[in-house]
Amino acid sequence: MTLLKKIGLIVVCVFFASAAQAQITIEITQGVDEPTPIAVVPFGGVHASDGAAIHEIMANDLRMSGFFRPIAPADMLSHPSRQEDIYYRDWRLLGATYIVIGNISRDEQGFALEYELYDVVSQQRLFRKITRGGTQAVRDIAHAASDQVYEAITNIRGIFSTKMLYVEDMGVDGPSRYRLVKADIDGARDQVLFSSSQPLLSPAWSSDMRQVAYVSFETSRPAIFRHDLVTGTREQLTNFRGLNGAPAWSPDDRKLAFVLSKDGNPELYTLDIATKKLTRVTNHFAIDTEPNWTPDGKSLIFTSNRGGSPQIYQIGLASGRVERLTFDGDYNARGRVSPDGKSIVMVHRENGVFHIAWQDIASGDMRILTETWLDESPTIAPNGAMLLYATQYNNQGVLAAVSMDAGLKFRLPSKLGDVREPAWSPFPK
Amino acid sequence: MVKSFKVLVTASALAAVMAGCSSSKEADDAAAAAAAEAERAAAEAEAAEARARAEAEAKAAEMAKCDNADKVFYFDFDQSLLRAESRAALLVQAECLKKYGSSLRLEGHADERGSREYNMALGERRANAVRDFLVLNGVPSADIEVVSYGEERPAEVGSYEDAWSKNRRVELKK
Repeated sequence: MTLLKKIGLIVVCVFFASAAQAQITIEITQGVDEPTPIAVVPFGGVHASDGAAIHEIMANDLRMSGFFRPIAPADMLSHPSRQEDIYYRDWRLLGATYIVIGNISRDEQGFALEYELYDVVSQQRLFRKITRGGTQAVRDIAHAASDQVYEAITNIRGIFSTKMLYVEDMGVDGPSRYRLVKADIDGARDQVLFSSSQPLLSPAWSSDMRQVAYVSFETSRPAIFRHDLVTGTREQLTNFRGLNGAPAWSPDDRKLAFVLSKDGNPELYTLDIATKKLTRVTNHFAIDTEPNWTPDGKSLIFTSNRGGSPQIYQIGLASGRVERLTFDGDYNARGRVSPDGKSIVMVHRENGVFHIAWQDIASGDMRILTETWLDESPTIAPNGAMLLYATQYNNQGVLAAVSMDAGLKFRLPSKLGDVREPAWSPFPK
Repeated sequence: MVKSFKVLVTASALAAVMAGCSSSKEADDAAAAAAAEAERAAAEAEAAEARARAEAEAKAAEMAKCDNADKVFYFDFDQSLLRAESRAALLVQAECLKKYGSSLRLEGHADERGSREYNMALGERRANAVRDFLVLNGVPSADIEVVSYGEERPAEVGSYEDAWSKNRRVELKK
């Protein structure tokens, strides 16, 4: 057997093995000093699982947030599923600050999880809620419940129901060397949306999460494609000479901003999806690229080297007025605006090393968030509390995450190829 | 006495030869002319052959020069300026392309550092710099296609300066 065949066989084996297991898992590299102990008690009623039971998925969500330390069910002195069965003394002994209990029922529509959150110290019920879903939606039910628990305790909206896109390079030439993957934010339920022998990059979610735009080289040139996640149809949106790249959906999903170099220089354009009307936004001999919409949809931030080195600028779509946003350092690129519109994150070079940096737009104050190197492609969570980015670990392209205050750090190693180009979804509607 | 006899013999012999010559002078002239002509033609043919041989050799040398001329041109970080050695190699490429005209594809690349779409633009800038230099030196722009792969297709995979310097490049492909 040739070496190549052996490699092929190994790849195939790994591929099938991974079907049952998430390809990307989350490791906390830096958590809060004392994560809050919480007990997600195995739920009463019927059993509902998808790879893991609902309480296990929830415990994993809360652990991966970095804020919580879930207590293992085996360490619990009892498994109450009703308020009257809770003995607070037992939970205080275990050191639990919060307890989640509940019951799962099943009807013809699917599963319903009735769950309650208790504060052990005050012995108060904080809420009682019901989350429903189809029989295939066990993970959706679990993530929705995790979101509620997380928000009730931290006052920050949870992101456990959000998704991510990423590009994977299998490293071996072939028809599916490059893959565009959609997965839950915890890495589970990964699904290949498109694969190609040619590079794929810059995946972008529409605000309603129904569509994805990305760049594919399948025609031997870069072109922007639109992929409808509901119908599964694909449409090539651009086929211009030169660059066709960096697509970004407007907040109302009616327009797509991107970069074209058909007139000689890389310039920003917007395309009205319904009318196909193309509007040129920038006009400069320098490189203008990587557009990203401000939340009000009235302007784009973008990367330009018009000042001699790449920096982040902002342009008003109505006025055409351009303003430079970054001044620290000689390389700031690929900016992303936070959901509140008040800050940006970007790729920033310091002492020759590329990190992810955060900047307050009003004051211009900049903070470097990452200690890894070759960091790129930051994408902000819809709650504005964290970001995902691409980096390298053990000579492999991996995703990593960091909180906006740099207090929490995560790594999301992949079991297969090089992973990059993450795109964090909006909140599901 | 002996001496004068010698002179006499020599003179009479010379006269006899001269008399003989004059008797068939025209035929002798034609033969000589033909021989000279043949000789000249042979020399000419030989010269032509030599010329052709030299031309073929020169052409082969030129083709070899064209084939051996650099087809990959390297750049500094975040730069799209042609280096001196790239200009020299591109001058050779331009002459070859004009003589043996063929369509070509310039593929621009960047190293892995920095952001991907900016690198895509940078790769195009580099390929455009090569295209502009070729066009300036007489290569029809219609023959040239420019494509940037940014950092997506490294020549050497690795996160160190040696690999990066090999990846900041434009590849000329016919």
